[in-house]
Amino acid sequence: MAEAAQSLKPPEPAGQPILQLRNVDRIFDSFAAVDRITLDIYEREFFTIVGPSGSGKTTMVRMLVGMDKPTNGDILLRGERINDVPANRRPTCMVFQSLALFPHRTVGQNIEFPLKMRGVDAATRRKRALELLDQLRLPQSYYGKMVTQCSGGERQRVALARALAFDPEILFFDEPLSALDYRLRKLLEKELKDIHRETGKTFVYITHSLEEAMVMSDRIGVMNRGRFVQIGTPREIYGSPHSRFVSEFMGEVNVIEVRGEAGAVVDAAGTRFATPVVAADFDTGTLVVRPEDVRFVGAGESADNRLTGVIYNEYLLGSRVQYQVRVGEGQTFLVEKLRDQMPPGGPGSAVTIGWDARDSMVFPASRLQQ
Amino acid sequence: MSRASDFAAEAPAPLRAIRAPSRLASLGRWFAEPGVVAAAPLALLMLGGFLGPLLLVVVFAFMPGGTFSILQVPTLANFVEIVANSYYLSFLASLWLAALTVVICLVVCYPVAFAMVRVFGRHGSILALLITAPLFVADNLRLMGWVLFLVKGGVVSGSLQTWFGIEVDSMLYTSGATLFGLVYIYLPFMLFPIIMGISMVPEQMREAAFDLGATRFQVLREVDVPLAMPGILIGSLMTFILAAGSLTEARTLGGNAVTMIAMDIQKEFGFAQNWPKGSALAVLMILLAGALAVTALKRIDLDLIFGRK
Repeated sequence: MAEAAQSLKPPEPAGQPILQLRNVDRIFDSFAAVDRITLDIYEREFFTIVGPSGSGKTTMVRMLVGMDKPTNGDILLRGERINDVPANRRPTCMVFQSLALFPHRTVGQNIEFPLKMRGVDAATRRKRALELLDQLRLPQSYYGKMVTQCSGGERQRVALARALAFDPEILFFDEPLSALDYRLRKLLEKELKDIHRETGKTFVYITHSLEEAMVMSDRIGVMNRGRFVQIGTPREIYGSPHSRFVSEFMGEVNVIEVRGEAGAVVDAAGTRFATPVVAADFDTGTLVVRPEDVRFVGAGESADNRLTGVIYNEYLLGSRVQYQVRVGEGQTFLVEKLRDQMPPGGPGSAVTIGWDARDSMVFPASRLQQ
Repeated sequence: MSRASDFAAEAPAPLRAIRAPSRLASLGRWFAEPGVVAAAPLALLMLGGFLGPLLLVVVFAFMPGGTFSILQVPTLANFVEIVANSYYLSFLASLWLAALTVVICLVVCYPVAFAMVRVFGRHGSILALLITAPLFVADNLRLMGWVLFLVKGGVVSGSLQTWFGIEVDSMLYTSGATLFGLVYIYLPFMLFPIIMGISMVPEQMREAAFDLGATRFQVLREVDVPLAMPGILIGSLMTFILAAGSLTEARTLGGNAVTMIAMDIQKEFGFAQNWPKGSALAVLMILLAGALAVTALKRIDLDLIFGRK
């Protein structure tokens, strides 16, 4: 562990897949919660499955840890089929959304639980528990404290320590941070990434927040309706989403209904938009622009796409400011800027907004069907 | 006369006049509070119907034997006589049978309760209904039903003889029959608290233990039982106290095979017409049950059970 902590380079995910899914289905009555998924998760990778509630991500992770079985398909751990291996005989373990700490036990007893189940003697257990308290930045005096007396963030760390005491080959997380407040969540996200680096283990993380996924992951799989709609690095997911669904999942975006006409992208009013699409030919589709890609265009400045409107609302987001700009009858556009890039006037002032062709993301409707 | 009281005496009259009724007024306001008003009927009922007779029993316990007056000189003679004579035998019999009842009820109820909470799901309520249904019939009647079953030539021995030619003597009027009756009557008092206890164990906690490598037995020992303990303790306490103070089971099914403490108490009050001795026995029984209840309840967080935390 000491050497791992000193290494400044994050561990490279190895080329060897540790966990493989082959056409995995999970069908409840006639509804496929998980629908023919094939996926490889690599050794030492931080893989995040992200999707809205009901997308099948929890069903999927329950199959991966052994609390549920696939209806069809195979789950392979290092090449061996583990469909029918129960959770307590798999070398994997999970941090639950509720954490599921044992309320009648102390912090130390909770952490030692997996070792006790394995028949490890008390002295060795205690030594390991104290090591883990150190590793998770918890004071050693917490060993004898009841879990019920710990704060939310401390419980989080105890749950992680307990899972690490198990020494799993893959560590699963089912939205463990969702119940915490924003600041603590941000802190723990970064700590979790550090711990992933120090332990060099494979982490599989479930969340409904793409923002959370972006911070921590090596790779992200975006799920919707039981399928992966896109799998890629955080950079790929943010920079080149494959669908409107993925683009909208990251946060608020500007959406314009468009059609491809004679190679050009135009909206209902006939306005032409500059896009990276060369030969657009579709009946209906959407053009998506992120608020941070839109800027205020001053006199004499140019932009590939321009719209005029009136600032309607101003939202302070801390380091950034978001503007709601009315550009037409009932249509508003969001513009997000750093504080020092404030527009010429406040709400009520007329502005011209614009963005570059490369920032126009075009999704023909046929690709929405995914 | 100190200076302070001089001062008080010299205080202007109107001030004192306001002060005195203000105390009465605050007491009046307290009586008018909705909580107090709402609690009053129950408080009066408990005072008159529960605490009063209980106090009377306690006072009678210290009266000389055979008297029907509570105005005699208090004495410990009843307690001395209880210890000196063989009354402790019926105490022991009651405690022993009650303990056995608790153990048997626990062994029977835990799996049933577990199944009702974890396995049967919605159908669990049907089972609960089936278990509750007999409670609508009086204890005595149900026990008389068992007499017909267990008596010589009754349903059990008659069937065994007719079908298998096995000659069975009467199963009635044995300590075994008493124990059977106790288990039969007090089973629901164990079952429902345990159901409550088991449903308090979060499913995820069991899954987590399993996921961390625990075997089924380890999950039971480390998670299921400790976390259901409040329900188990309450069930055991109720069953024990009810069984230890029971009368009809030992009388109807047990005949004179076992003398339980309640039978002794009844005998002193009724046949022997010795209220003080009966009261002394009752006081000892109440102390024992009270001590048990306090010990057990200290370990249970009732607020947690009723979901107030």
